[in-house]
Amino acid sequence: MSDLAFVVIAAIKVIVVVLGLLSLVAGLTLAERRICAWMQDRLGPNRVGPQGLLQPAADGLKNILKEETLPAQADRLLFLLAPAISFIPALLTFAVIPFGAPLHTKWGDIPLVVADLPVGFLYILAISSLGVYGITLAGWSSNNKYSLLGGLRAAAQMISYEIAMGMSAVAVLLIAGNVTLSDVVARQATATPLTWNVVPLALGFFIFLVAAFAETNRLPFDLPEAEGELIAGYHTEYSAMKFSMFYIAEYSNMVTASALMTTLFFGGWDIPFTTWDNAAPWTLLKTVASVAMFAAKVGFFLFLYIWVRWTLPRFRYDQLMALGWKVMLPLALVYLTVIASAIWYLHVQLGWGYDARFALALGVVNLALAVPLFFVLDRGRLVSGSVARERA
Amino acid sequence: MAVLVKVMKRPVKETSYLRATLKGMALTLSHLFRPKVTMQYPEQKATDDWTLSSRWRGTHRMLTDEQGRAKCVACGLCPQICPANCIKLVPGEDEEGHRYPLIYEIDEFRCVFCGYCQEVCPEEAIHVGVHYENSEYARDRFVYDLERLCAQTHPVSTLWDPADPQGE
Repeated sequence: MSDLAFVVIAAIKVIVVVLGLLSLVAGLTLAERRICAWMQDRLGPNRVGPQGLLQPAADGLKNILKEETLPAQADRLLFLLAPAISFIPALLTFAVIPFGAPLHTKWGDIPLVVADLPVGFLYILAISSLGVYGITLAGWSSNNKYSLLGGLRAAAQMISYEIAMGMSAVAVLLIAGNVTLSDVVARQATATPLTWNVVPLALGFFIFLVAAFAETNRLPFDLPEAEGELIAGYHTEYSAMKFSMFYIAEYSNMVTASALMTTLFFGGWDIPFTTWDNAAPWTLLKTVASVAMFAAKVGFFLFLYIWVRWTLPRFRYDQLMALGWKVMLPLALVYLTVIASAIWYLHVQLGWGYDARFALALGVVNLALAVPLFFVLDRGRLVSGSVARERA
Repeated sequence: MAVLVKVMKRPVKETSYLRATLKGMALTLSHLFRPKVTMQYPEQKATDDWTLSSRWRGTHRMLTDEQGRAKCVACGLCPQICPANCIKLVPGEDEEGHRYPLIYEIDEFRCVFCGYCQEVCPEEAIHVGVHYENSEYARDRFVYDLERLCAQTHPVSTLWDPADPQGE
């Protein structure tokens, strides 16, 4: 493939992915409101267009027409930059996620990933931690105590949970033996969904899930916003399209986190119970089917995000820190040690290759870890708080 | 010095976060498929279990006699009893000695919809009605004159009956 063709194809992929992501975000704002309404026995916005489908367009139009406010004491440059700083990493992360089987064209097979980086996973860790800058700078530059508190909380929370998130995902890399996400997907793709990493790494997935909720600032971890205590946290002073940018950033982060969970733990675009979609020759049908499968899995996790948001109350700040540092981090470290030992034993001592048997054996190890964790640790100790009890 | 935070004393051995979370999620999921309570208002104004009460006190209505004239005899009781002072009445008298209102205006913005005017009216002329949709594009449209009060067609409110306090 010539250089020019590479650039053209990459540009087309970028445009498709960005447009797809943004329209998904638009749909997600509506889905959030409607699902929340249904869970509360209401109907939700259903007036603009059929079933309210044009509501995001109406919201967008409203936000563009609204007045932009700029606090007099704000740091002007950072205040204006912050929404973009939080928005861009949310989109950047998606670049390395493979979202379908290669597309067969007359110019050759085009892998459906914007940039199949050899360091894909490290790239994700690097970029996703940049998102905190936007939030923290927004909180700081607003020159408002509530915003500042929101920004501080965001910084503390994201840094705390990033460690557990990274640790739990390292287990995936141990199985894949590679940090390229397309290799991670390829390793999971066999005839049974038992080789999806969620089976051998069930507990790791749980840790990753919780950390991902914290990373995206979603309930029960939405302390940076915490409308009950901080007005709107870091975006208190923002209005109109700048506010909307934070909103889009939050939802893009959700989409990216869902795509990441799908890729790392649920086989990416792999269609379960068949290997038809994983082998050449590539056809358009395979591409469409695998992209649809990927979308379905991501959609499930997005629903999970919304579902959890409208179920759980928010953590107290000390509970958040206690959970992050006293439970999640040690748990992730111990888990990584145990899984690494188990993989070493199965792989080196017994000489097993990665297949369903290998995955099941690791799954049993997970079960053995999960049982004491959930039945002993989870007796009021998990989030009971780090502060001293009130004096009797 | 350590900061003491008031922490609820919970039965530590019996509490669980994860099981409670799963239970809560099962509950919200089940609500997802339950019938919705929303009434689709502009299209639908009553449901099987909710209708506007017949004692609802809304937009006023002046009843008329067989000749289509307002029943009002301009006795002046309603502006007298009105606590919001929203009724403007200028009485007149024809050559046969029948009193009638020259001007009868109700300011629906000032009105508190207490229904005293209806209760006090000896001729059962002015009534509050079972009606609430009276939005307008201009404020002065909310002063209803006699002609407009007579032209209202909605049902009038029933008064509260002490012998039948539940309205049954």
